Amino acid sequence: MLKTRVIPSLLLKGRGLVKGQQFKNHRYVGDPINAVQIFNKKLVDELLFLDISATSQECGPNYELLKDIASEAFMPFAYGGGVENCKQVEKLFNIGVEKVIINSAVFNNPQFITDASNIAGSQSIVISVDVKRNMIGSHTVYSNNGLKKTNRKPVEYAKQLEDLGAGEIVLCSINNEGTAKGYDLELLYEVSREVGIPVVASGGAGCLNDFKDAINIGKVSAVAAGNMFIFQGKLNAVLPSYPSPKELQDLFRESNNG
Amino acid sequence: MEELIVILDYGMGNTGSMLNMISYVGGNAMISKDPEDIYLADAVILPGVGAFDNGISKLSTSGVIEILRKRVLQQKLPFLGVCLGMQLLFEKSEEGTERGLGWLKGEVVRFSNGEFSNPSIKIPHMGWNTINHERDNALLCGLDDNSRFYFVHSYHVSCVEGSDILATTAHGYSFPSIVQRENIIGVQFHPEKSHSFGMQIFRNFMEIVRCSKHE
Repeated sequence: MLKTRVIPSLLLKGRGLVKGQQFKNHRYVGDPINAVQIFNKKLVDELLFLDISATSQECGPNYELLKDIASEAFMPFAYGGGVENCKQVEKLFNIGVEKVIINSAVFNNPQFITDASNIAGSQSIVISVDVKRNMIGSHTVYSNNGLKKTNRKPVEYAKQLEDLGAGEIVLCSINNEGTAKGYDLELLYEVSREVGIPVVASGGAGCLNDFKDAINIGKVSAVAAGNMFIFQGKLNAVLPSYPSPKELQDLFRESNNG
Repeated sequence: MEELIVILDYGMGNTGSMLNMISYVGGNAMISKDPEDIYLADAVILPGVGAFDNGISKLSTSGVIEILRKRVLQQKLPFLGVCLGMQLLFEKSEEGTERGLGWLKGEVVRFSNGEFSNPSIKIPHMGWNTINHERDNALLCGLDDNSRFYFVHSYHVSCVEGSDILATTAHGYSFPSIVQRENIIGVQFHPEKSHSFGMQIFRNFMEIVRCSKHE
C-alpha cells in the first residue's frame, strides 16, 4: 500500500523563498537550496516548488535555480510556474524535475496537457487547480496565481484534466491558503470522489490533524502544506520543520489510503 | 583506486541527483555518453524517465548500445537500470511499438486496474512504497520490510523469469520491483529520490561493483 505523501509546498519569487496569505502579501523567508538541504535531513517524502513570479512576469522557469534544487534534492521534486509549452517540459525533466505542474496555460491550450503527457508520461504531469469559495459556498476555479476568475467549476474541470491525460491534481483553496485554519474539506471531497487520478490537498493546513481530515474526510491521496513547515512558534520564526516518520505513521495508521 | 560508475546520459532525465547521491555516499560517478568512458567504467547506470519508445530511440541514437552489449553481456560489467532504464532491459512494452534491449526475458505492461484487489487504487503508481524480498542478494543488504522507495510509473515488468525477481511490490497486485540476473540489476523505483533508503541501495551497488572488480 502507498504511504500517504506529506509534501512541503514552497513558493519561489526570483531566487528567494517567500510565503504569504490567500495568495497575497508575500514575504522573504530564506534560501531555497538551504531549505532543500534541511528537508533532505528530515527525510521528507516530496517537495513542491511554485514560482509565483514566473507567470506574472512572463519570464518562464528559472532553469539555473531549478537545476541546483534538483541536484540537491534526495526526494522527488515538483515544479510549477510559467510552464506553457512542451519544450519547457522537456527541459525541466532533463534538469531533474520529477513532476511538472501546469496551471494557467491549460486555459488557453488544453491540448498542452496531452502533449506534455506524451513526452513525460502522464504520471509526471500535475495540474494545479486554484479554487475560490464565494459567500454562498460555491466554488470557482481561478488562474494566474488566483488573479483571474474563470468560468469553470472544480469538479467538471478536474474531470476534463483527467481525460486530457493529467497524472495528478494539486487542489488549492485560495480562501484557506496561509490561514492555518484547515483545508476546504468539502472542496477536496467533491473533487477526489469524481476523479481516478490522485488529488493533493493544498491550502490551509495548520496542524497534523488537518492532514488526517484531508485523507479521511476529503478522501485525497496526499497533503501539501507551506506555512506549517516553514514558520514556528507564536512569533512565526522561519525554521523548516517536518513531522518524524513515527509521527506520520501514527497519524495515518487508521487511514485507508489507496 | 575508486571504482568508476558511469551514469549514462542519453537525454532521458535526472542524472544530477543520481550523481550527487552517489558522491554523497562516497562513490565516484560521472555522467557521460562517451563510448570511451563506458570502456573505462567499472559499472554503468542506465537512468530514465519518460516513455518507452522515446527512451529506446534516444538510447539508440546516442550510439552506445553496441558497446553496452559488449561490456554488459560479454564482459559482465555490473549494470543498474533505474525506472525506465529497468524497463528498457526487457523485450517489449505495451507503452510502445519499439523493441527493448531484450537482455532480460519478459515484457512491460500497463497496470491493469481490472485485476486490482481494491478498485479505488490509482494509476499511476506514484509515491512511496515498500518492497518484499523474494530472495537474498547483496543489493538488499541493510534494507528491511519497512524500507520504502519512491515510485512513479504506469507500466511495470511482467512475465519475468521467477529466478530473476529479487523483490516485489504491491500496488493493486504484486509486481517485480527489483530484478537481477548475474551482473544485470533493474529497479523500478528511484533510489536517487528515496533519501536514506536510496543511499543504501547505492552503497550496496558500490559494494557489488567493488567485489566484481576484484574477483
